[in-house]
Amino acid sequence: MFEFEFCIAGVMLISLILYVLTGGADFGGGIWDVFATGARANAQRKLITEAIAPIWEANHVWLIVIVVLLFVAFPPAFAAISTALHIPLTLMLIGIVLRGSAFVFRTYDVKEAGEHEPDRNEEREQSGPAYRRWSRVFAGASIITPIMLGVTLGAVATGTIHVNVENGQVDTDFVSSWLAPFPFAIGFFTLTLCALLAAVYLTLETEDSALQEDFRRRALIAAGSVGVMAWLSFMLSAEGAPTIRRGLSSSTWAICFHIITGTVSVTGMWAIWKRRFRLASALVPIQVGLIIFGWGVAQYPYLVAPALTFSNSAAPAVVLRLLLIIVGVGAVIVLPAFYYLYVVFKGRRRT
Amino acid sequence: MEDLLAARAQMAMSLAFHIIFASVGMAMPLLMVIAEALWLKTGAKVYLLLAKQWAKGTAILFAVGAVSGTVLSFELGLLWPGFMNYAGPIIGMPFSLEGLAFFLEAIFLGIYLYGWERVQRYAHWFAGVMVLISGTLSGIFVVTANAWMNTPTGFSIANGTVTDINPVAAMLNPSSFSQCLHMCLAAFLAVAFATAGIHAYYLRRDRSNIFHRKAFAIALTVGSVMALLQPISGDISAKRLAKHQPIKLAAMEGQWETVHGAPLRIGGIPFEEFEETRYAIEIPKALSFLVHADFNAKIMGLKEIPKENRPPVAIVHIAFQLMVACGIVLLVAGCLGGWLAWRRKSLPIEGWYLRFVTLCTPLGFIAIEAGWTVTEVGRQPWVIYNIMRTADAVTPMPHLIVPFLSFTVLYIFLSIIVIILLRRLFRSTLAKAVSAGKI
Ligand code: HDD
Ligand code: HEM
Ligand code: HEM
Repeated sequence: MFEFEFCIAGVMLISLILYVLTGGADFGGGIWDVFATGARANAQRKLITEAIAPIWEANHVWLIVIVVLLFVAFPPAFAAISTALHIPLTLMLIGIVLRGSAFVFRTYDVKEAGEHEPDRNEEREQSGPAYRRWSRVFAGASIITPIMLGVTLGAVATGTIHVNVENGQVDTDFVSSWLAPFPFAIGFFTLTLCALLAAVYLTLETEDSALQEDFRRRALIAAGSVGVMAWLSFMLSAEGAPTIRRGLSSSTWAICFHIITGTVSVTGMWAIWKRRFRLASALVPIQVGLIIFGWGVAQYPYLVAPALTFSNSAAPAVVLRLLLIIVGVGAVIVLPAFYYLYVVFKGRRRT
Repeated sequence: MEDLLAARAQMAMSLAFHIIFASVGMAMPLLMVIAEALWLKTGAKVYLLLAKQWAKGTAILFAVGAVSGTVLSFELGLLWPGFMNYAGPIIGMPFSLEGLAFFLEAIFLGIYLYGWERVQRYAHWFAGVMVLISGTLSGIFVVTANAWMNTPTGFSIANGTVTDINPVAAMLNPSSFSQCLHMCLAAFLAVAFATAGIHAYYLRRDRSNIFHRKAFAIALTVGSVMALLQPISGDISAKRLAKHQPIKLAAMEGQWETVHGAPLRIGGIPFEEFEETRYAIEIPKALSFLVHADFNAKIMGLKEIPKENRPPVAIVHIAFQLMVACGIVLLVAGCLGGWLAWRRKSLPIEGWYLRFVTLCTPLGFIAIEAGWTVTEVGRQPWVIYNIMRTADAVTPMPHLIVPFLSFTVLYIFLSIIVIILLRRLFRSTLAKAVSAGKI
């Protein structure tokens, strides 16, 4: 069981969880940018921008780590996924490109324009036409990208990507694996998770209690939507992803797992309701982490069901051993640096 | 358009786009760190202003570099699943090390760009140094992966399957050293001269502007040093090609016949249908001398191998000429600047010299694009030299023209926006700089 390939798979799962908890929340920020409304709409946008500006590029690297680990450790799986899911992956990439660039363009478009006319104040700058144009692109891309990420993961879980293990050929029409109710349910589920994370984190980003209330309300809506989407996905999995469904419903550990996740989710919602924001922003990430972890474990032993398991698609042991060493050394170097980044930009508000 | 062609075009376009931003991500931190160090040392405000303004431009360019790099990581699978299935484990090591370097780069860049008020001065400068180191390392790692495609080592093949993988040997293949050295110098050279050129443009309007004078001095110094080193490193590359990829060298030089004492050709057009290169100025025996230090050394010609294994000769030859021409002009610019500065004991800001440097602004980037064309097109028809053909690596996905056109339109759009924003940034720098000049 504790072979190299499972260690790498574990690292990939942890990276995916960290990606959703950090990068996913950045997308969530974009989602709330769309719904910035009311008297404080500009204040909300400003808060979102300041919260994600220094960290989104570092958060984004988790995704790259996942891709690299996948193609180094499980090359046939990478080849199969990127062949059969070419279309949603391409849409996700376009989303990634537009989100990142629209975000910086928006920041620099107004700032520099503002310097020509020093009398323009910040409030008016933020409602200027350039800012609004980029905001729309940024927000749209922040919605498409997590949906497509979820669709991709959901499609992998359907077990419809048929690979010939002998020659690695994929038998696919490039469409039917992902253009189905279950992958899209997972897509929207991912979207609601991102929105929830962002709203909860944002309650801690400001001292202004009116703004806090805005995001509290949004967090509650998002938490409700997460519940709905979780239920819908589970229902659809009966037909859409039978393997996962079996993993998630049959064994005793699965039942315990559901109870734990459910308890954490409900407690998290209660904490938001009671304005215990610090508690909520500890519980909600645990909830999201558990959901992804549960999916990952339910996939076992398949990486791309029905043909590719973790074992039969793994690269040779020499490669995996070296990869694990690099991951270990990397963790020792990167995690403290990553922590430092968060201390520098997120630490101050706690004091 | 045929699918294979569309896939190649998409890969080439994405790489050509990314390399510009990646070079900036490698080299701008060097300029910023120098400026900030001068501020820490002298306390002169102008250096701080300089580092901050450079950081703003870098923020825009870096974001585009990061997203276009992400596209590339996926494209390796989206377009070349056959290649990745085969090569993934062998060249996984540089890619995973690169991932590590990206992390450090993105983390410290966040601190550098947004942390001016949040961390101490020296911690801030140190963050800049970390960005420089990790950016350069990420460039080095990815280039070793490309070097492996040119000179694949670190594995053996038994019955058509890969065995005995040694990822360390694959990473330290014979091309790694020369390619990495040449690429790093190229990034510093291109970015330093582009920066010097832009500031030269503004200096011509206002010679006394201290902001642009300092910027010009730093960028020109870095650029000139790199311009001196680059031909030496190019020569190392060429010697390595003569040994490991003689056909690529033959295509670069338009050399059809295998001869002793091959000439060096300047200009000229290789004609594939006649199998000869016409209209070139030939320096007798110079090629043999340059790559083997012997005027009569043997150089392999293209006719040595069957037609279907030859790369598109004309593209490779012309791209090589273009790169070398750019390199020589930049070398002249650097030497002239050094000589003028030494003679006058001050910054060379004669009008004609500033105009010359302004004209040099794009040359380094043109040379980078041309150089990569030499490397990549010169490797054809192989994706892994002598092992896997490009045609066997491509995805079975139909209608690849659609993603190719989508990404092309997207990247053209981004390029236009980046240019508009940078122009605006330079203009506002100008406004600030004028007031700084009055300090
Ligand atoms: C600023 C950019 C720049 C400049 C001025 C030069 N080069 Fe270059 N060259 C590159 C940028 C570059 C590059 C884009 O970075 C390449 C592509 C692959 C690589 O490793 O470096 C390259 C490749 C490359 C190769 C092929 C290596 C291979 O296929 O593996 C050779 C033989 C040379 N160069 C030689 C030269 C010479 C003799 C130069 C003399 C002035 C020169 N280069 C100037
Ligand atoms: C010769 C070619 C290349 C060089 C020198 C190079 C170098 C760099 C550098 C210095 C960066 C830092 C970000 C920036 O400056 O904007 C970067 C970003 C990136 N590159 Fe490249 N790169 C090259 C080709 C590639 C290729 C072929 C891939 C994909 C396999 C790739 C993947 C990436 C990724 C994923 C990022 C984003 C990292 C982040 O988010 O910070 N690059 N590259
Ligand atoms: C950034 C600088 C680079 C540029 C401008 C560049 C340019 C190109 C071009 C022009 C082609 C198409 C060749 C043809 O079809 O005639 C190509 C193909 C390719 N390149 Fe590069 N390249 C760069 C760096 C890299 C790096 C660093 C890697 C890998 C790590 C890489 C991997 C590939 C692959 C897999 C193909 C497709 C297969 C092939 O056509 O051989 N390239 N590139």
